[in-house]
Amino acid sequence: MATETPLKGFIGESIKRKEDDRFIQGKGNYVDDIVLPGMLHMSILRSPFAHARIKSIKADAAQAVPGVVAVVTGDLLAQHKLAWMPTLSGDTQAVLATDKVRFQGQEVACVIATDPYVARDAAQLIEVDYDVLPAVVDPYQALEPGAPLVRDEKEGQSSNHIYHWEAGDKAKTEQAFARAERVVSLETFYPRCHPSPVETCGIVADISPVTGNATIYMTSQAPHAHRTLFAIVAGLPEEKIRILSPDIGGGFGNKVPIYPGYVVATAASLLLGKPVKWVEDRSENLISTGFARDYHMKGELAVTNDGRMLGLRVKMLSDNGAFYADAQPSKFRAGLFHIVTGSYDIPAAHVETDGAYTNKAPGGVAYRCSFRVTEASYLIERLVETAAIDLKMDPAELRSKNFIRPEQFPYTSATGFDYDSGQYEKALRLALEKAGYDELRKEQAEKRKRGELMGIGLASFTEVVGAGPGKHFDIAGLRMFDSAELRVHPTGKAILKLGVKSQGQGHETTFAQIVTEELGIPAVDVMVQEGDTDNTPYGLGTYASRSTPVGGAATAMVSRKLRDKAKKIAAHLLEASEADIDFDHGKFFVQGAPSKSKTIQEIAFAAYTNLPDGMEAGLEGVTYYDPPNFTYPFGTYLVVVDIDRGTGQAKVRRMIAVDDCGVRINPMIVEGQIHGGLAEGFGIAFMQLITFDEEGNCLGSNFTDYLLPTSWETPNFETYETVTPSPHHPIGAKGIGESATVGSPAAFVNAVIDAVAHLGIKNIDMPVTSDKIWSALHEVGAAE
Amino acid sequence: MGRSISLTVNGEMVTADVEPRLLLVHFIRERLRLTGTHIGCDTSHCGACIVLLDGVPVKSCAVLAVQADGRQLTSVEALAAGGKLHPIQAAFKQEHGLQCGFCTPGMMMSSFALLADNPDPDEEEIRWALSGNICRCTGYVNIVKAVRAASAQMKLSAAVPIPVGAGS
Repeated sequence: MATETPLKGFIGESIKRKEDDRFIQGKGNYVDDIVLPGMLHMSILRSPFAHARIKSIKADAAQAVPGVVAVVTGDLLAQHKLAWMPTLSGDTQAVLATDKVRFQGQEVACVIATDPYVARDAAQLIEVDYDVLPAVVDPYQALEPGAPLVRDEKEGQSSNHIYHWEAGDKAKTEQAFARAERVVSLETFYPRCHPSPVETCGIVADISPVTGNATIYMTSQAPHAHRTLFAIVAGLPEEKIRILSPDIGGGFGNKVPIYPGYVVATAASLLLGKPVKWVEDRSENLISTGFARDYHMKGELAVTNDGRMLGLRVKMLSDNGAFYADAQPSKFRAGLFHIVTGSYDIPAAHVETDGAYTNKAPGGVAYRCSFRVTEASYLIERLVETAAIDLKMDPAELRSKNFIRPEQFPYTSATGFDYDSGQYEKALRLALEKAGYDELRKEQAEKRKRGELMGIGLASFTEVVGAGPGKHFDIAGLRMFDSAELRVHPTGKAILKLGVKSQGQGHETTFAQIVTEELGIPAVDVMVQEGDTDNTPYGLGTYASRSTPVGGAATAMVSRKLRDKAKKIAAHLLEASEADIDFDHGKFFVQGAPSKSKTIQEIAFAAYTNLPDGMEAGLEGVTYYDPPNFTYPFGTYLVVVDIDRGTGQAKVRRMIAVDDCGVRINPMIVEGQIHGGLAEGFGIAFMQLITFDEEGNCLGSNFTDYLLPTSWETPNFETYETVTPSPHHPIGAKGIGESATVGSPAAFVNAVIDAVAHLGIKNIDMPVTSDKIWSALHEVGAAE
Repeated sequence: MGRSISLTVNGEMVTADVEPRLLLVHFIRERLRLTGTHIGCDTSHCGACIVLLDGVPVKSCAVLAVQADGRQLTSVEALAAGGKLHPIQAAFKQEHGLQCGFCTPGMMMSSFALLADNPDPDEEEIRWALSGNICRCTGYVNIVKAVRAASAQMKLSAAVPIPVGAGS
């Protein structure tokens, strides 16, 4: 029987994942799996009210429970100047409340005990006397005069207004609207949702009272940045802090911020001299850690009667909750929302955003998204659908008419983005062809005659990912570069150390493959190390689809550095001039004499044993890569739904996804990323909702109320690709982790609207649930 | 205050004193240090904590340790036998049916129970059987593929050993 040659892992090869063996055997190592000798457990008492003044906190009864070691309150933290901490958006956030609570679920006190059950019991015995205040949960109401003031402790803060931010050219946009034959408008709300990785957030903080060394195991998507922030917030010397981010059970943006629980556990370990573990339960995760979206948007598109787009005007109100804690580059108050012109050549655009405090949990994380790109993509793609309805044009034709054409790249958008490459028409055509678009439209027309509701939804999204460039983009002042350190051992095996951190994306495989491509070392021989700040070079972490665009570029560049040195060694070994040495798939050979060659493994050995005179020993290097630009993945998604007039239920019949993320390193992993993103987009479109009642009670605090898609509801996905490399990325890759979550919600909603638009229904806000669809149908007399 | 319980865990007899309120998942993770079984939601929705009790999948965050007294418990750690992956494990890797790995043990235990009951499930039956397990990474497409591949493989090699303590 012939045996297959095992794949080495060159770019484009779908090798199986190196990380899987431990996961399928239950040998992953997540934060909650870590147990240290003498470890204590922490439980947090949280506010039951959305807004209340704290009159007193009595902890005697809790303190008296056998096994309780300490009760930590805001007052105690205040003595150490730790009651408040900075947020990633330059605001402050209470670690433990001292004056009042500002959202339901806010951290009020912590119990540290020898046993987690005891800690939890004791937390319930803490008596907090609250003076309940009126809560404000709507950002429009929050900005009205006389609204309850959320941040009364902030000097100079006399209203709930946080910021005003603009992008684009206002005057030019006004002129475009003045010229327009028609203005299409859409007012829509992208509701609050939550990333909800299956693993919640947690920490084991271990500060040695003898050495002062702080070893912190935490669910961190950005361990290096977190180390620096810990140094700044807690005043710990940075060289003594080691952040270890072990296996992470999904992140999706939820594990980017620093949460109060991390700070208290660390402070408690410092004060008590023992390791302290805190792992949130699911409700804590949903009510207090980084939510996403919560954007009220009004978009207007200036068009000609034949569908040419002339200008785009957007006004938004962002609900930021009680503390402004968006995780985003500091100069960009609305993140990268101004990518809102999307895939279209719109000559003028202007975006205005305001942010408001409300009595809701803080956050605004980029949930599987590059800083508010999801909201932008949703708005423009819904707006194009609305325009197609108003203009009575086919939505595919309208898109096609306005796409940025391939020859226009590099393309500078009206809001200042420099798009690197794209073939939007090609992706659209492929989606239409694979779906059998014309046939579907015919079927729809026939069904409509019979009164049946069927819809076809499109979204031709463009994302902007891979931040830096560091000149403009930072997190808490830290420039958004990333890094790779590569050491090739004498036997030709290697270790690659990265500043990014996988949460399931398969870095141990994908990044090894970049080394395989550049140096020829088989991926199986390249160990990838991440998530240990003592043993990896500084980097900004994994979010905003930046690992491959930035960390991947760093990996390629450091491999090339080593290749240059390897060439010199090859020349020495082959007794040839360096200029005459060629490299191909792991072999260095003399030009025109391919039989005279040395493998990378032979050269690695020579790097430690037989060097040219004067050359430094070893084969290793480090690269810090600051990207010259973002990358711009794109694609077209097409969804077919059937709607039941009796129940309002929308059933997704088909979901066709064409993605272009440039060069695909491991196509199997890329496809897996797309599947996951599509399922999350489906969940956001149809079910995932965090909402609040008038008193600020969170209605989405567990998986009974906050619905996530299971295998039963989730449709099957049909995936296709086009490949348009990024011209500035060393291997032409663009990043893929988030495209599907960014692009798909609009396709799902557009499909629903396409099914009912002829009845006069032009918008239903997400989540597009059966009851909302039925109510909309009922209102126009079309429900059964 | 403690109650003595005895049960078979992955084929080995275990006796322990437990508080009556101790959850089975905590007993498995903290007392037995079998950390392949995970906790994802506390409300029996996510299925990361699924183990088999007498061969039947249970959400161990919704079972008390004392309820396992006298029973046979199988966790993910018992799937591989004799240094060889179980076909379900091999198929999850082969079909890229996992990403972060956190839901994976629970998914595989549910899949195991399904295939024991129905050796040749179609896509709809697989999706229904796994609807008590939440995965946030894969979109389920490759998990379904993995279960189908495991089913095919198990039919081919009828001699696949059943994990110890998996019941009949």
